Amino acid sequence: MAADKVDPIHQFHIVKLIPINIGGYDLSFTNSALFMVATVAVASAFLYLTTSSRSLVPGRLQSVSEMAYEFVSNMLRDAAGTQGLKFFPFVFSLFMFVLVANLLGLFPYFFTVTSHIIVTFGLAALVIGTVVVYGFMKHGLGFLKLFVPHGVPVFLLPLVVLIEVISFVSRPVSLSVRLFANMLAGHITLKVFSGFVVSLSALGAVGVAGSVLPLAMAVALTALELLVAFLQAYVFAVLTCMYLNDALHPGH
Amino acid sequence: MFVTSAFAEESAPAAEGTAGAGAETHAGTAVPGEAHGTFPPFDPATFPSQLLWLAITFGLFYLFLKRVVMPRLGGIIDVRNDRITQDLDHAAKLKGEADAAVAAYEQELAAAKTKANAIGQQANDAAKAEAETARKKVEAALDKKLGEAEASIASIKASAMKEVGSIAEDTASAIVEALVGGKASKAEIAAAVKSVAR
Repeated sequence: MAADKVDPIHQFHIVKLIPINIGGYDLSFTNSALFMVATVAVASAFLYLTTSSRSLVPGRLQSVSEMAYEFVSNMLRDAAGTQGLKFFPFVFSLFMFVLVANLLGLFPYFFTVTSHIIVTFGLAALVIGTVVVYGFMKHGLGFLKLFVPHGVPVFLLPLVVLIEVISFVSRPVSLSVRLFANMLAGHITLKVFSGFVVSLSALGAVGVAGSVLPLAMAVALTALELLVAFLQAYVFAVLTCMYLNDALHPGH
Repeated sequence: MFVTSAFAEESAPAAEGTAGAGAETHAGTAVPGEAHGTFPPFDPATFPSQLLWLAITFGLFYLFLKRVVMPRLGGIIDVRNDRITQDLDHAAKLKGEADAAVAAYEQELAAAKTKANAIGQQANDAAKAEAETARKKVEAALDKKLGEAEASIASIKASAMKEVGSIAEDTASAIVEALVGGKASKAEIAAAVKSVAR
């Protein structure tokens, strides 16, 4: 049991809450699904309830909602121009979803949705899919100009195009791995230091005294993780805006 | 955690295919053949369920934000911006009105000053004219009196001059009487005086 408690991987285990099996696929409602629902519920409820008064002079919570809205709006406008605002609901949903999922994950015993690569990859694939579909819809084959930068000598062109294609294809990977790895590493570190506190305390008075150090570390890491939770949501949204800019203006 | 052996077998190659960095972690933590050894984030058995629920939850979240939350938030911010613009316009209008009022006041003040000056000038002129007529009247009266006085002086002088002749005759007769002892006739004396007086 003691080993189980300190196992830093334990927090990432998926537990089936309502087993569902359709056509050989395991589509069970798991703790991960539960926390996706919680993320959506918390974010929706916050945004909906804080703006319900529609005050001309906003209260504190309404200000938070408005700040998030204008923050993402400015981010998108800076990266992709005014045309990019048609993707505003998409980018805002992504930002809020990732942010709230990250923040919820910081609560002890809570599952972190974004610590699973498939979830972050799903979101990243959605972003890149939007970019590709919209790019071809809007520009047709002109979207392929994305891979052919202006002013490159002809003999270098094959090499440059190859590099551009590789960099484009690696985008969903880097986008998803960045978020996933940050959340995963942060939570493992937190768990390890918290585990030190528990195992040191079991050693008696000296251990309890010594456990002050990892405890302080765990507190500091919690603050850091709070920053990372926000920062990664921001980075995810910013990169989404930049990729969408490529779909809108493929000619560099 | 119930992961069937079939899923566990599938998981190892699939996880290695997902990401190079992940495969390392996987290799370090996973013990082949043991269901609990699979590193949970790389366990493909959970992928369909997670993707499905992500699609459901994120899709609903997107629709809710797009249909309900964002129009509302955008509306609040637009209304506020409109209100601020409106208030600024109103303030600018009021300032214009205040400026116009100040200008009108200054104009009226200038007009009043001019009017006051005119009235003062007029009163001054009238007073001067009045003083002038009064002076002229007084001068005329004085001239008249002077004339009268001169006339009376002239008449007095004339009468006195007339009397001077008789006095001279009397005096001459007296002197003649005293010197000569005779009496000169009045006519001779008068003729003598007259010749002398001339």
